[in-house]
Amino acid sequence: MQASYKQPDEQGYYGAFGGAYIPEMLYRNVEELRGNYLKIMAEPSFQQEYRLLLTDYAGRPTPLYHAARLSNKYQTNVYLKREDLCHTGAHKVNNTIGQILVAERLGKKRIIAETGAGQHGVATATVCALKGLECIVYMGEKDIERQAPNVARMKMLGATVIPAKSGSKTLKDATNEAIRDWINNPNDTFYIIGSVVGPHPYPDMVARFQSVISKEIRTQLAEKTGSELPSAVIACVGGGSNAAGTFYHFLDEPSVGIYAVEAAGCGIDTDKSAAATQLGKPGILHGSRSFLMQTEDGQVEEPYSISAGLDYPGIGPMHANLFVTGRGNFLNATDQEALDAAFELAKLEGIIPALESSHALAALKKVSFAKDDNIVICLSGRGDKDMETYMKAMGQ
Amino acid sequence: MSRLKELFERKERNVLNVYCTAGFPSPESTLPVMEALQESGADIIELGMPYSDPLADGEVIQNSSTIALRGGMTLSRLFEQLKEMRARVRVPVVLMGYMNPVLQYGFEKFCADAAAAGVDGLILPDLPPFEFEASYKVIIDRYGLDFIFLVTPETSETRVRQLDALSSGFLYAVSSSSTTGNEKDFAAVEAYLERLKSYQLKNPVLVGFGIKDQDTFSRACKYANGAIIGSAYIKALEGKTEVAAATRDFIRNVLG
Repeated sequence: MQASYKQPDEQGYYGAFGGAYIPEMLYRNVEELRGNYLKIMAEPSFQQEYRLLLTDYAGRPTPLYHAARLSNKYQTNVYLKREDLCHTGAHKVNNTIGQILVAERLGKKRIIAETGAGQHGVATATVCALKGLECIVYMGEKDIERQAPNVARMKMLGATVIPAKSGSKTLKDATNEAIRDWINNPNDTFYIIGSVVGPHPYPDMVARFQSVISKEIRTQLAEKTGSELPSAVIACVGGGSNAAGTFYHFLDEPSVGIYAVEAAGCGIDTDKSAAATQLGKPGILHGSRSFLMQTEDGQVEEPYSISAGLDYPGIGPMHANLFVTGRGNFLNATDQEALDAAFELAKLEGIIPALESSHALAALKKVSFAKDDNIVICLSGRGDKDMETYMKAMGQ
Repeated sequence: MSRLKELFERKERNVLNVYCTAGFPSPESTLPVMEALQESGADIIELGMPYSDPLADGEVIQNSSTIALRGGMTLSRLFEQLKEMRARVRVPVVLMGYMNPVLQYGFEKFCADAAAAGVDGLILPDLPPFEFEASYKVIIDRYGLDFIFLVTPETSETRVRQLDALSSGFLYAVSSSSTTGNEKDFAAVEAYLERLKSYQLKNPVLVGFGIKDQDTFSRACKYANGAIIGSAYIKALEGKTEVAAATRDFIRNVLG
């Protein structure tokens, strides 16, 4: 039994998951980050700038909203953590603001990132514009086609978007290309990873930057209910950054139920799914050991979800540990269940959620909570980017 | 004595190590390609085990892996093919690949099957020294396999010495800190190779990445025991059905 579910050990392991399985070409960069990230994050000047940007630039704290009609329908108390109201439209900016300040303090001039749906790419392009740094975003050729508005946003923000043409031409390949770029530019480049994945210390660093979500929930819930601790917290998981942030300050509170919702795609009994804990086995991808969807022969499989942000064959090592230890309850929602939850929220509460967040909302149909329970769901992003999918679902 | 050790005792200079991808250009070409390399003058064969996400390799090698995987190449199939290897190939053979397929196959079973097939050493770029020492070295040693670490121009002297101490067979010096196949100015590389030479390491040093013809090969050999060719050879095999002729032409061009 480890002391904390929140943080990895010195080698970057959450239980049996994590580590830094990187080729020597990345060693110096990763080691530079590992040796400095905690020091930098603890500096008063860093703390001050980070907090100021979160408040005045990103719009934090985001509201904790008591969704009365949704609560009434499910006969429990549902609170929505409104990350959809963050600047750029999702929680991703919490992390990119943090990492750009780390990059700046390490003297890096050139920023690279990977993106799937484009939310992390937009959040990275945004902070690069803010700091006047060069920004290169790798995005799968297929994703570039299906997420045109976010590609345009990144370009307007001054970023260069480079199509990843290898392999399946989606998020995992964009990540491969970003890592190759980093190998080829070992001196001036900083890689801003968008989720709690990658080699140590990335999962820990990203989780710490996203942990502001659960920190705020505790304060806000105490104001509203008199207790800092909800009965349960619920978040969707692709790589798992909004989930890591939502769970973080509750992981070592045994009374709080932890619910992670993966994308089942067409269903976990089909070959079109992205539920890595259900369909994966322990393996190594992008520098860490975690659950990974793969063939018998250890080749990485192509995941599928209606939501590009959950379309990843792995899951962050912190979540893999929550899964195997049983600390987290792992659910999954199909494309259709996520769509239903999105339309329900739109009609009951006047909020159009991102498709990713809709997977978290779908948990309300899968778990029955007591009438006096306080349930917090992370509404990680807004649905503007998904309107085309929603219009299709409405038959337009 | 291991085949690699024996080779470097016999030949200290101009050692040519050529990389090929198992199952490329066609599913059954693995052994014919290896034989052709040996006949053309390769001293070591680095046999790539195809992987869907080869981070430390460039586009050319990834494409060859994709073709091999589409053709049905797996580790089980590769070890089937390698059963005949030592009847046909005498030169040292090193398997190169990534951790995930090896772990799924079973690390110990992998080492056992590799040793049984007559493989001499392993290169697993995403197995770092910490994990190597903590979990895997004892297994690799049990089967008498050499293990080869990579060093780069950014690797500090202390770490070069650590990686040299952990390696056996040879040390793989990445010539520019880049994924394979990039053309970089060779002058900066020469300073780095000279630095490595001055450390007087325990292992012979082979230079990889960016070697493509007689000029780059002979320049690399000035400062190291030899060089490794990867992408340039794979490119030469692309779309070829006559692998023996293509290999002969390519190696002739390198060795002059």
